[in-house]
Amino acid sequence: MPNENAAVSKRLPDSDGNPQQSHFVATEAFASIFEVLQGKGYTVIGPTIDQHAIVYDQVRSLQDLPQGWTDRQGAGEYRLERRDDNALFGYVVGPHSWKHFLFPPAMTVATADKTASGWTFQTPEDDPPKYAFLGVRACELAAMRVQDRVFMAGPYVDPAYHQRRSGALIIAVNCSQAAPTCFCTSMGTGPQCTSGFDLALTELTDGFVIAAATRDGEEILSELKSRPATVEELRQAAAVTQRAAEQVERRLDTTNIRDVLFANLDHPRWDDVAQRCLSCANCTMVCPTCFCSSVQEVSDLSGQHVERQRQWDSCFNFDFSYMNGGVIRDTTRSRYRQWLTHKLASWIDQFGSSGCVGCGRCIAWCPVGIDLTEEVAAIREPTS
Amino acid sequence: MSERPRLGVFKFASCDGCQLALLDAEDQLLQLAGAVRIAYFLEASSRIEPGPYDIALVEGSITTPADAERIQQIRRDAKFLVTIGACATAGGIQALRNWSDTDEFLRAVYARPEYISTLATSTAIADHVRVDFELRGCPINQQQLIEVLQSLLAGRRPRTPTHSICLDCKRRGTVCVMVAAGTPCLGPVTQAGCGAICPAYDRGCYGCYGPAVQANLASLTTHLIAKGEAREKVVYRLRGFNGYSPEFRAESDRLESIEEREG
Repeated sequence: MPNENAAVSKRLPDSDGNPQQSHFVATEAFASIFEVLQGKGYTVIGPTIDQHAIVYDQVRSLQDLPQGWTDRQGAGEYRLERRDDNALFGYVVGPHSWKHFLFPPAMTVATADKTASGWTFQTPEDDPPKYAFLGVRACELAAMRVQDRVFMAGPYVDPAYHQRRSGALIIAVNCSQAAPTCFCTSMGTGPQCTSGFDLALTELTDGFVIAAATRDGEEILSELKSRPATVEELRQAAAVTQRAAEQVERRLDTTNIRDVLFANLDHPRWDDVAQRCLSCANCTMVCPTCFCSSVQEVSDLSGQHVERQRQWDSCFNFDFSYMNGGVIRDTTRSRYRQWLTHKLASWIDQFGSSGCVGCGRCIAWCPVGIDLTEEVAAIREPTS
Repeated sequence: MSERPRLGVFKFASCDGCQLALLDAEDQLLQLAGAVRIAYFLEASSRIEPGPYDIALVEGSITTPADAERIQQIRRDAKFLVTIGACATAGGIQALRNWSDTDEFLRAVYARPEYISTLATSTAIADHVRVDFELRGCPINQQQLIEVLQSLLAGRRPRTPTHSICLDCKRRGTVCVMVAAGTPCLGPVTQAGCGAICPAYDRGCYGCYGPAVQANLASLTTHLIAKGEAREKVVYRLRGFNGYSPEFRAESDRLESIEEREG
């Protein structure tokens, strides 16, 4: 289990430190959560269907959720499919992750204007909406904990991330199924949501078992029509998560993984994967923990107005390792190796946990279906 | 006025679309006209000033003996020569002739083929003269053109990304059309610059900006073929606006040679 030292401070357990009693909220009553959240000034972001996939975007009512839909995933493949029931959360994670909202893909972090008396520097207004994230999975909670450490735990706190993260309300959902790409059980991150949320839902046939973990969560729950969950409902909820856990087939052997990878920097498998890797950066973009960005100054034609712009970048980009007159990772082999060894090994030295949460996005969204669990397994094979 | 750098815009075999990108830069055109002296730009003005030019923007590919001569003079007249667009940088769509018999085209199309003076090939400007900077795209991105001019005026290196289209799709939240819909897409091997337009409209990338740096074409084409696209269609896919760029050309030739070997 990755350490969890960087929880957001407002997220306190209730006064006894115990989880609140679980409640049952029927689906019709759950529909009012959108009004409740909107009434409290939240912009609700949740799963919705767009571009042949279940993405995260603004959702305004139950109708916006992918009711009755599921996803079929494999290496380099994702397809939407109809379910034979009306489940609201009957799928796993898709192409988007919450980092899109917490760590925006592009933003202007500073501006400068040339005036008669010299340059004046300004920090642009950053007034993000107050987000409520609906449908956050256990692996995604783990990913937020990882990014919390990256952006907020050190001496240099990222103001944009901090502002969005500390204002966000997290409504988690326990997975009811797993995709062939999922391996949260190997990374100790799921499928059960254990911490890092305000409310956690488990979907049953006709409603939700809901537990609040913070005062904000309690308050929202109190505004929904609910009753204490019965023993039978709690049993069913536990069975839902148990079923998801049992469906996880993929494994990543993390035993001693840091040392194994560092001891195999010249393994022939790196050449092998470089033959297949497109170095297109998709894996890093869909990864919910990858945090690289680049910053550049952009001026207008007059040279009087300059903006410092930050945008997502990737270790798979040739130019990303350009420093002092040259590119230091100038082959796909070296870039893939950098990504994998950082994610699974040097991340541990740097941040005290693995950078991988087992969500499987990098496997599903690699255009040619490269599977890091397979690569690690191959690297564990002794070379002849 | 004489201190302003003198700009020349020159056209070879092309559709004019890249020059239009400059004229279309409405918001910035006046500012640009204040920053440089437009000395030669037939599409914009019939006033022609002789060289030398500080900056020459060259559109189009070399397809005739006369043009092969003319580019030499432009090179001699230009301090800094920038090619703009896929034609100037990779030979353009008209480079499809390079895989065909040009004489056969002449006989089929023209009543009097002997009046036509043409080369057997359409080739990039860099195949004829030294090029200082190549701006990719079919057509070029107006913002990138402004960036190139701006960087030249400021005396710094132009910032035009060399990474794949995929990165831009992800930044704008576009779902991968290849993974989610099985749509063949050249995005993973194509250089960014357009803003990843086509996948946002549910189409695969056509490769308008040419190969991304160190593009792994063999991996992508192997995958497309494994997913059911005929090898011949993959060859067509690569032979588009940038088909004669060295990377796309080598891969389409490789696939074709497999085709021929296997009959």
